[in-house]
Amino acid sequence: MSMVSGFLASIGAAVLAFCATVGRIFIFAASAVSHMLRPPFYGRELLAQVMQIGFYSLPVVGLTALFTGAALALQIYSGGARFSAESVVPSIVAIGMVRELGPVLGGLMVAGRVSSSIAAELGTMRVTEQIDALVTLSTNPMKYLVAPRILAATLAMPVLVAVGDTIGIMGGYLVGTGRLGFNSSGYIKNTVDFLEVGDVTSGLAKAAVFGFIIALMGCYHGYNSGRGAQGVGRATINAVVSASVMILAANYVLTEAFF
Amino acid sequence: MIDIKNVHKAFGDNKVLQGVDMKIAKGESMVIIGGSGTGKSVLLKCVLGLETQDAGRIIVYGEEADKGDRDAFLARFGMLFQSAALFDSLSVWQNVAFRLMRGPNKLSKADAQEIAIEKLRRVGLKPEVGLKYPAELSGGMQKRVGLARAIAAEPEIIFFDEPTTGLDPIMSGVINELIREIVVEMGATAMTITHDMSSVRAIADKVAMLHDGVVQWTGPVGNLETSGNPYLDQFLNGRAEGPIEAVR
Repeated sequence: MSMVSGFLASIGAAVLAFCATVGRIFIFAASAVSHMLRPPFYGRELLAQVMQIGFYSLPVVGLTALFTGAALALQIYSGGARFSAESVVPSIVAIGMVRELGPVLGGLMVAGRVSSSIAAELGTMRVTEQIDALVTLSTNPMKYLVAPRILAATLAMPVLVAVGDTIGIMGGYLVGTGRLGFNSSGYIKNTVDFLEVGDVTSGLAKAAVFGFIIALMGCYHGYNSGRGAQGVGRATINAVVSASVMILAANYVLTEAFF
Repeated sequence: MIDIKNVHKAFGDNKVLQGVDMKIAKGESMVIIGGSGTGKSVLLKCVLGLETQDAGRIIVYGEEADKGDRDAFLARFGMLFQSAALFDSLSVWQNVAFRLMRGPNKLSKADAQEIAIEKLRRVGLKPEVGLKYPAELSGGMQKRVGLARAIAAEPEIIFFDEPTTGLDPIMSGVINELIREIVVEMGATAMTITHDMSSVRAIADKVAMLHDGVVQWTGPVGNLETSGNPYLDQFLNGRAEGPIEAVR
């Protein structure tokens, strides 16, 4: 009996801890959003973060999209050939990239690059008392550090994914015309004809949500980092893992919503 | 005047502060000493509102520390952190001028830079240092920059958290002298935390000894050697035997 109750107690404790963490993250996110809406606004910080999160992630997202689009074209051609439906390659590559693979893979790549970077930076600032120093200098760290990062990621991710989608479609085009024997103008026409506005907007909406999640997880874990190098290391791992899992979970929910 | 009344603070089961009482008069330099983990930094953070006390009151110039306008309250303070806590992403002059360029009374960039350079000069650093980044400076120089940042907005109250930790004895002496000079020159109220007895003798008007979560002794710095307090005597003489339990 004591073993059973001990087992149940440990499950209960884990559930309670999970709920407490979710509550803390929710309060943290609400506080960050409220600081985005109230002055003072730190425009220079926001711009710097847009560059850091958006512009500097472009190579990673671009390369990921290029190779994914190229591989997707091959896979769809291979699958389509079984039903004599090779002609669907351009449209399926475009729809697949724009609706699903562009935002999700882009999100995961940016989560690895940006979430970890934010968590390590804020964690180090916490450990070296720089966050306390901000408070003593009458500057709210949520407003100065957290709000610009979350806003920047939310704004930059859709642009980043739009560029990634284009590069991914280009990857499919290069393989389609160079390897699979598609006609260049026919490939482009097929891509444009079958792509709808809703495909693009749903992908970009996903990207904005993923950007919010990526920066939120980086900021939350970094801001609440434990002491020392180990604390910062753990914050970084937690940021990347939680951001990645939350992106995949949010992707399902958003896909259901846009279905 | 800073009036700390019966302040308690615990982290889980660890009761760090268990009823601290302390008064620091305007323009006075109070140095708090005590072993590691006795709650000196926690007390300082409670005064600044970086930690919230579980019980007790902290009154600064007649205002409760945890009530009222936070920005106006914090504008009265300057603080030198143990690790200097300079912002890595900003140049030295931007660190010093950080507060001057923000808030309702913010100055223009040129004016803020001019004041920052003047404060750097006051702590013995050349203007060229202002263009460097914190990572390019030695520990002693970082402390000086931290000191310049703490005094940049001419605060009424300045806190110093272990100002000489990690510095060689000569640099410690220089920092101690600077702190004393600046505090006297500005007429500021100062609260310093340190283990370094040379700092205590150089900086303090009064000394408080913290142990077991309470103030064990407080008095003028001149009475340190003749206090007759067993805690203070053991701490001053660095003895393993005495009321302060030493873990070997």
